[in-house]
Formats: sequence, structure tokens, C-alpha cells
Amino acid sequence: MTLKQVVNNVAEMPASKKAVVDIKKLSLTFQTADGPVYALSDVDLTIEEGDFVSFIGPSGCGKTTLLRVIADLEQATGGEISINGVTPHEAREKRAYGYVFQAPALLPWRSIERNVTLPLEIMEISKEERVKRAQEALKLVELNGFEKKFPWQLSGGMQQRASIARALSFDADLLLMDEPFGALDEIVRDHLNEQLLKLWARTNKTVAFVTHSIPEAVYLSSKIVVMSPRPGRIIDVIETDFPKDRTLDIRETPEFLEIAHRVREGLRAGHSNDE
Amino acid sequence: MTWTKLDKFCLVAAIAALLALIFPLAGVDGDTGKQVAFVGDIPGLAVAMALCVIAGSAFTWLGVGSVTAGMVILAIAVFGCWQAISVLYDYGVAGYAGPGFWLFIASLWAFVWRGIDVIANFHSLDRTKQHLANFVVPVAFGVWLLFVWEVVVSGFGVPQVLLPPPSMIGERFVNSTDILAADFHQTFVKAVLSGYVMGCGSAFIVAIAVDRVPFLKRGLLPLGNMVSALPIIGVAPIMVMWFGFDWQSKAAVIVIMTFFPMLVNTVTGLNAAGKLEKDLMATYASGYWSTLFRLRLPAAMPFVFNALKINSTLALIGAIVAEFFGTPIVGMGFRISTEVGRMNIDMVWAEIALAALAGTAFYGAVAYIERKATSWHPSFRVRRH
Repeated sequence: MTLKQVVNNVAEMPASKKAVVDIKKLSLTFQTADGPVYALSDVDLTIEEGDFVSFIGPSGCGKTTLLRVIADLEQATGGEISINGVTPHEAREKRAYGYVFQAPALLPWRSIERNVTLPLEIMEISKEERVKRAQEALKLVELNGFEKKFPWQLSGGMQQRASIARALSFDADLLLMDEPFGALDEIVRDHLNEQLLKLWARTNKTVAFVTHSIPEAVYLSSKIVVMSPRPGRIIDVIETDFPKDRTLDIRETPEFLEIAHRVREGLRAGHSNDE
Repeated sequence: MTWTKLDKFCLVAAIAALLALIFPLAGVDGDTGKQVAFVGDIPGLAVAMALCVIAGSAFTWLGVGSVTAGMVILAIAVFGCWQAISVLYDYGVAGYAGPGFWLFIASLWAFVWRGIDVIANFHSLDRTKQHLANFVVPVAFGVWLLFVWEVVVSGFGVPQVLLPPPSMIGERFVNSTDILAADFHQTFVKAVLSGYVMGCGSAFIVAIAVDRVPFLKRGLLPLGNMVSALPIIGVAPIMVMWFGFDWQSKAAVIVIMTFFPMLVNTVTGLNAAGKLEKDLMATYASGYWSTLFRLRLPAAMPFVFNALKINSTLALIGAIVAEFFGTPIVGMGFRISTEVGRMNIDMVWAEIALAALAGTAFYGAVAYIERKATSWHPSFRVRRH
């Protein structure tokens, strides 16, 4: 499937679902002392309500940059992007999304509960409501009972779960996750992947998820975006039709392996352009 | 047992004490031409020396393995120190001390060294015991230093003008508490505290202004740097002319001294928050003040406390020196400058001791507040499960 066909496929999708993220001809060039760096070039993408979209590609392919553009942490230098029909800046001002970083980024002087209530505090929500929502968010990531602990007293996996609880606490419909499980070991990662899927199935949030693990991308996603570096661009978009209540067992099925194969082919093709 | 396994400090202690029994205790009085004192005439000292010989040889073989053994050694050393002081003052050895006396002091030194060494290496999971050991070591060492000071000054008959013995300073300290209290009130409570609060407080506010208004960073920081380089003995007389003789001029000097360290540290601290955390706050559309109070100021606290600790000692030095350039007839710096002129060196030392105590207590208080306020910082973390 060529790039054009993919774009056509996306365009032909029935318009029943609402587009949460709509990107057209987006490009981003960083000006550095060594000349311009083309981080993103000619990116077209639509993320619909309830989608779980994974961005996969080698490091330097711009997948994190793309997520940061959606989050208004970087500004595009060309093309159009809208989040829920408004600019990324307006969407950020409206607190339209929760962002989970590669590292937990918990504030060490705040207890786990007070870390989770941090966004609620900034949004000037009452104290009772804050505590109630923190309880709910911590329950979702199975961290209830650790409210009074401080971040450094928790393991790496627990810290990352706390940071997910923080992103969930204000109940934004869009969840942006930038390699949230990249630093964790395989077993913890599998477990957190399962929990994330359950969460997605239960809450019907829209998730954009950056990863460099093929099995993770295939297992989690409803749509996989394969990217290639220099300049960062989309080379393939793969839709999967696994049920939302999928389990880790699907990783043994032929469909799973076929999609994983296609992702790998795409990554390889993107890479060979370089050499 | 091999030679290397012998406890060398105890061996030195035993040999020195043995030689102390043989060598003359004190020199000859210039006027009478008689030996000042004999070990044989002083039973207490003879017992102490004999104890040192016995304990020294015993522990040379046994080794000082346990804290109990360390305590025994220290107890013998304390008894020895008491006898040495008593010999100096009660038997008129002061100013005439001879080789026997100094050998005995050498023996005590070896014991104290070994004893403190053992206690310093004490490790226990029992909190109280560990705290006690951690407390005993610096106190024992400090007391020993005071003892050496006392013995050396008295034993050699050093003139009081050069260096008075600590006992004399202590006596003067206790007998002049009202003067010292008045000086402390004038210099520390009035000048140091107000100058410190004004200097650190204004620098903190300016640091936030510098952070908020970028051109101030370019313009104000170099100026602040210049102010901090001003010599305090040049500034102090000018401040006295501007603000008068009372504490206000001293507070002004302290403000000048403390301003820059606080400014630079706070500005650095405000930039200490990581990029990731700042991005995090941006995703919540957190405004400048919200981010300042929730992220950047807490992250800056270790830097701010660093400046507060540096300034706690700077402020006292500034106030005392500034008082040399004009003051009402009270204050620590005033007392030092006038009592030096009247050759009352013990009073000068009493003021120095007061300054040392006040400075240490001030620093300690700031450090304590730091521990409480930034207990989350890696250097203070206690694992609580």
C-alpha cells in the first residue's frame, strides 16, 4: 500500500465519527546553528473519537515531536492542525488532553495524592472534589493505598502509573502518551498495557500513544501510524480490528503476526531510504 | 600476637606515662633556685600516671575493640586531665612545666585519640545509642582541644595579652553576662536579624522580578555582582554617615553583604526546575504565578536555603566589623575594639566566644528549618515505609 492509497483510505472513512485530531500537510522545521532540521514533513492524519492510535518508528522519526505539536508544546511551521475543531493552543487552554511523559515527572515535594490533584488544583477545583477524583484516578491504576507515599518511595512502574492517574484525574477525552512504558521491564510493561487497554475500553477515551515496540503498538492500537526519519513523515497507516476487550493471548494469533509483519516491513522500507 | 597487632596508641600512652614518672615534673624557680614540684609530693598525679602506664600496657596487648574499652580509656584520660589541671594551679607548676609534665600530656593525648576513634566508628541500629555516640565524639574532641589550650598556655606561662587560657575567658564570660547580653541584643537581635531579613527578603523579591522581566537579568545581575565586590570596610563608614551610629547603619551593611548571594542563588534556583516538569505545567495551561508557586519556588528551595546559610554567618561578621566605624557604647564589635585598646584581652575573647556561639546557633537554626522544609530533597530523604 502506498502513501497515497493510505491517505485515500483515511479520506474514504465514513464521516459518522467525530475527528478529534485533524492534521493536514503539517511540517515542522527546527532552525539550528548547523542549518535547518526537518523534524516533520507533509504529515496528514486524522484521529477519530475513541481511536487508540500508536505512532511507531525509529528514534528521530518525529513521533514524539508530532505528539508535542498536538499538545501545543511545539509549534508547527507549516500546514494545518486542529484539535476538536480548534487550534492546539486553544485546546491546551481548555485542558482538552492529558499528557503522559516518558518519565513520571512527579514533583518530589508532593505526596502521590497531591501529585494527582496537581492539575485539579491549577484548574481551581474544590478540595473535596480534588480528593474524590484523585481517589478514583488512583483506583483506575490500582494505586489506592499509596496516597500518602512520596514518589521516591515507589517503584518505577508505580511512579509511571501515578503519572497516568494524574493525566486521568481531570477526565480529558484525549490522552497523549509519549513512550510511557519505555523505561520499564517487560513484565511490568505487559501488565500496564493490559490495564491501559481495560481503561480505554471502559472510558472510551481517544488515545495517541508513541512507542518503539512493535508488539506493544499492535497489541494496543486500533490504528498504527508507521513513521520514518529525516524528514519525519508517515509511511503507512494500519487499521486493526481486534476487539476492545482483547487479551495478551492475541499476540499468538496469525492476524497479530501479520500486522506486526506489515509494521516491520514499513519500518524497514522507511529505513532503506536513508542508506 | 604479632608486632603489627599491638595497639600503637596505647603503647605510646604507656611509654610516655612511664617516662613522665622518671623525668622532672617542673623546671626550677628562678628566684628560689628550687625545683617547683615532684611527682612524689603529688599523690593524685602519681596515681594518674601509674594508671596510664598500667592501662596503656594492658590495652596494648588486648587492643581497644569495644566501645566499653574506649569509655574506660576516656575515663582514665579524664581523671588524668583533672590531675594535670590541679597540678598546674594547686602546686604552682603553671609557667614552670617540665618534660615530665609534657610527657604525661602526650600520654593523655594518645588515650583520648584512641578513645574518640573507637566511639567515632561506633555503628548501631539503636537510634538513641547512635545519637549519643554521634553527640559524644564532637563534644569530647572540643573539650580535649580546650584542655590542650589551657594546659599549653598555663604550662608555658604564655602572657595573657597574647592568649588567655580558656578558664579565664570562661570566668570573664560568666561574670559579664549583663554586658554580653546588652551587646548581643544590640548587635545580633537589632542589627543582624533585621539586616538579614531585609537583605535576604529584598534579594528574594528582586530575584523574582529579575525572573519575570528579562532585561533586569542583563542589567541588574552585573550590578549586583559589583555591589557584592565592594569592600565592607569601605562601605561601613559611609553607611554610618548615611544611617547614623545606631543599628540601622549595621543593618545596611548586612543588606549589602547578603543581597548578592541570595539574589544569585534564587535566580539559579528558579531555573532549577526540569524541562519535563515545565512542559507538564504547560499541558495544564498553568499561568506564570501558578507555575512559580507550585513548581519553580519549591524546586528553588535547596538553592534559597544555601544562600540563607551562607548569609547567616556573613551577617554577623558584617555587623561586628561595621561597629568598628561608629556605634553607641554598646555592641559586640564596639566592645571588641575598645577592650583591645584597654588590654582586656579576656573580654575580647569572651565576645569572640559569644559571636561563635551566636553564629553557630543561627546557622544551626537555618539548617534545621532547611531539613524540615526540603525533606523531600535527595540529601535529606528518609525511607519511610
